[in-house]
Amino acid sequence: MIDGFIALYIVMLAAFTGYEVIAKVPSILHTPLMSGSNFVHGLVLVGAMGAWGRADTPLETTIGFIGVVLAAGNAVGGYVVTERMLEMFRSSREKTE
Amino acid sequence: MSEILSAGTADLAIKISYFVAAALFIIGLKQMSSPVTARGGIVWAGVGMVVATLVTFLYPGMQNYGLMTTAIFIGGMLAWITGRRVAMTDMPQMIALYNGMGGGAAAAIAAVELLNDTEHSPTFMVLAVLGGLIGSISFSGSLIAFGKLQGLIKRSFRFRGQNFVNSGILAIGIFLGSVLVLGATGDPSTVLQFFLVALILGVTMTLPIGGADMPVVISLYNALTGLAVAFEGFVLGNEAMIIAGIVVGSAGTLLTQLMAKAMNRSLANVLFSGFGDTVATDSETTGSLKPIEATDAGIMMAFANKVLIVPGYGMAVAHAQHKVWELCQLLLDRGVKVKFAIHPVAGRMPGHMNVLLAEAGVPYDLIYDEDEINAEFESADVALIIGANDVVNPVARSDPSSPIYGMPILNADKAKNAIVIKRGQGAGFSGIENVLFYLDNTRMLYGDGQAMAAALIQAIKEL
Repeated sequence: MIDGFIALYIVMLAAFTGYEVIAKVPSILHTPLMSGSNFVHGLVLVGAMGAWGRADTPLETTIGFIGVVLAAGNAVGGYVVTERMLEMFRSSREKTE
Repeated sequence: MSEILSAGTADLAIKISYFVAAALFIIGLKQMSSPVTARGGIVWAGVGMVVATLVTFLYPGMQNYGLMTTAIFIGGMLAWITGRRVAMTDMPQMIALYNGMGGGAAAAIAAVELLNDTEHSPTFMVLAVLGGLIGSISFSGSLIAFGKLQGLIKRSFRFRGQNFVNSGILAIGIFLGSVLVLGATGDPSTVLQFFLVALILGVTMTLPIGGADMPVVISLYNALTGLAVAFEGFVLGNEAMIIAGIVVGSAGTLLTQLMAKAMNRSLANVLFSGFGDTVATDSETTGSLKPIEATDAGIMMAFANKVLIVPGYGMAVAHAQHKVWELCQLLLDRGVKVKFAIHPVAGRMPGHMNVLLAEAGVPYDLIYDEDEINAEFESADVALIIGANDVVNPVARSDPSSPIYGMPILNADKAKNAIVIKRGQGAGFSGIENVLFYLDNTRMLYGDGQAMAAALIQAIKEL
């Protein structure tokens, strides 16, 4: 457990960070960016692994297993599609055939 | 693995790695905000993710290494294969799917923690329950959004008193959640009932929302998953999860607002009213539709000074973007100024059209946003509209009774000539008649987008 007030400070600063980072993004990047932020919350994977590590009963273990499968899908899927989209953005100066 | 390192060293290694991962995520997102550095951004964020995942295996008391690796492998492989194969046009629903999986994972964490037979503080219980509720809604809601965009769920389910029923389900969920919080430990049957109700709520909330509004909903669920992850991060004492979750939560909220604004909707309107399918049209149209042949249209463009191309989702459906880029190059070679004018909600979500054009090889410096390009229509000789409809409908400026009144549109009607490539005479996605098509300087080029783009190329080459 984290001290409640430290957690609140983290939340406040992270909220401003997220807002500021996105605020200046040109709309041409909105789709990859949504996908990229989708990838970032794929960090839920480490939480799912941790939760499974604490599971005692078969029910908890099963849920832990499902959680890790889903989280891995979030992280990997988010990365793959974001990378595929961003890879395609080129300016006319770097034309490739 | 943990035997190699002492508990203290492992703990320190974990803390440092999580810190580095959180920093890399923020740097990555920052880089993703410019097309020049965007590619590097996702790679850095990826490095952070790999580091954080690997180091988690060092957790003291971690068990089931083999099974855990298998689980990661199963989820990861499925996502990798689908993510590699998905067509760019289907990107929105894949993002919804992966996002839903994250929500489901957050809910799973909440379930394990609530079932765990230890006394917890009220704060812990409240956050675990909230994260579970939000994560479950995001999970089942995203699956419905996926089903709708993929065409698996064809109709919107709407009935009188829908919001009332949904509020009822939410109330039951909150009640069960409160029972869990007050009980301080989770009784398994209450926990399961709670998650069942939360999952049902996600379904009933999303089913009535029309396909056109889905991108806003996907973006909202993306933000919600972030929030759920942050709550569970607090529950697990994982600062990196709190940071990643909250950054996504706030960024996602902002993106959602930008999208809703571009579609001329408020978020409440999207969630609780259910437009986005079909609307009655009452604005009157005068004049007639005037068809044009591809050869004439080609000549018009070839001898133009400036051509603005307005692509819509219909272009992508017809797989015409490669042909359109070929046409654009042909015109550029003849000395015609060509620019792409993109409406914020062209495609199926903001920025989707840019991805589709980028896939065809169109450089991003030829692509302009609505507010950058709108003043240029007056000086354009030809506005070529391909597969777009509502985003060029002037009633959004002129007719207060229209459902799209007030929506920012591209001023294609102000160009000297407008050529509209369209399959048939039907109305657009929203079912609203398009006044632009009936204007004196508008010509309709009927046919499949790809075939017509090819015909235009042919016509120009023959000059």
